[in-house]
Amino acid sequence: MNTGIPLSYFLILASIMFFIGVYGFLTRRNLITILMSLELILNSVNINFLTFNRYLYPHKLEGFFFSLFVIAVAASEAAVAIAIIINIYRRFTTINVEDVDTMRY
Amino acid sequence: MTANQIMFFLFSVVIIVCSILTVTSRRILRAATYLLFVLVSSAGLYFMLDYQFLAAVQLTLYAGGIVVLIIFSILLTSQISQKFEPVEWKKSIFSAVASIAGAVITIITILDFKFSATTQAAKEVDMHLVGNSLLSVGEDGYALPFEVITILLLAAMVAAIVIAKKAGPKDTHSQTTKHV
Repeated sequence: MNTGIPLSYFLILASIMFFIGVYGFLTRRNLITILMSLELILNSVNINFLTFNRYLYPHKLEGFFFSLFVIAVAASEAAVAIAIIINIYRRFTTINVEDVDTMRY
Repeated sequence: MTANQIMFFLFSVVIIVCSILTVTSRRILRAATYLLFVLVSSAGLYFMLDYQFLAAVQLTLYAGGIVVLIIFSILLTSQISQKFEPVEWKKSIFSAVASIAGAVITIITILDFKFSATTQAAKEVDMHLVGNSLLSVGEDGYALPFEVITILLLAAMVAAIVIAKKAGPKDTHSQTTKHV
């Protein structure tokens, strides 16, 4: 490989990033910060896909296109999530997940 | 150490430190700024892997689009000067144990596994190839997922407008049952 960096370094970096995102997802209360943790998780998955594509299957493009589609899905998800968050704020005047429990059974 | 390795370690340090700050910072606008640093450094990693097009998409769409969207919604919904309550220590410790255990198991598995690379020649990813693959239906063609994504983006756009717009005079009575 021309970059001189082992494959496992990229994978370890991506998994550390993924689990930092999981930690944020579990501890945060604010809806927007939860969304930011989700972006971290999606981004680490993208790094994984591209690394596998470049190191193990350089004659194919599957990882490349998969991460392209992941980015598109993340963009639309962020747009819809922020529309929902603004609507929740309008109705409850808070975006703290623990105060928005009207639909809780 | 070659220049490549130095760049890689620089990007990794920025990614890890800024990710931790993103999920632990108690001021929400700072968290969004740290997220921006993480996304830009990931674009640097994509450049190192020789995926220039995807790095440009990452910079314009993630760093330029999503972070700006997040910052706009922060400005619309939060007090900037307000600090979050610190996380309960019990919740924080349990979440940290769960994440660290997951990370350790994953890293051990990665280090144990012997990846076997192919000997086939690498394909140069240029814009011609990307464009042709996105619209071809044969071998190495991605026309179907491309069409699915177009429908998804249209649906997301319509949904975002419908959800976020103010209720009209017709359905204002649903707004009167306000729970606080």
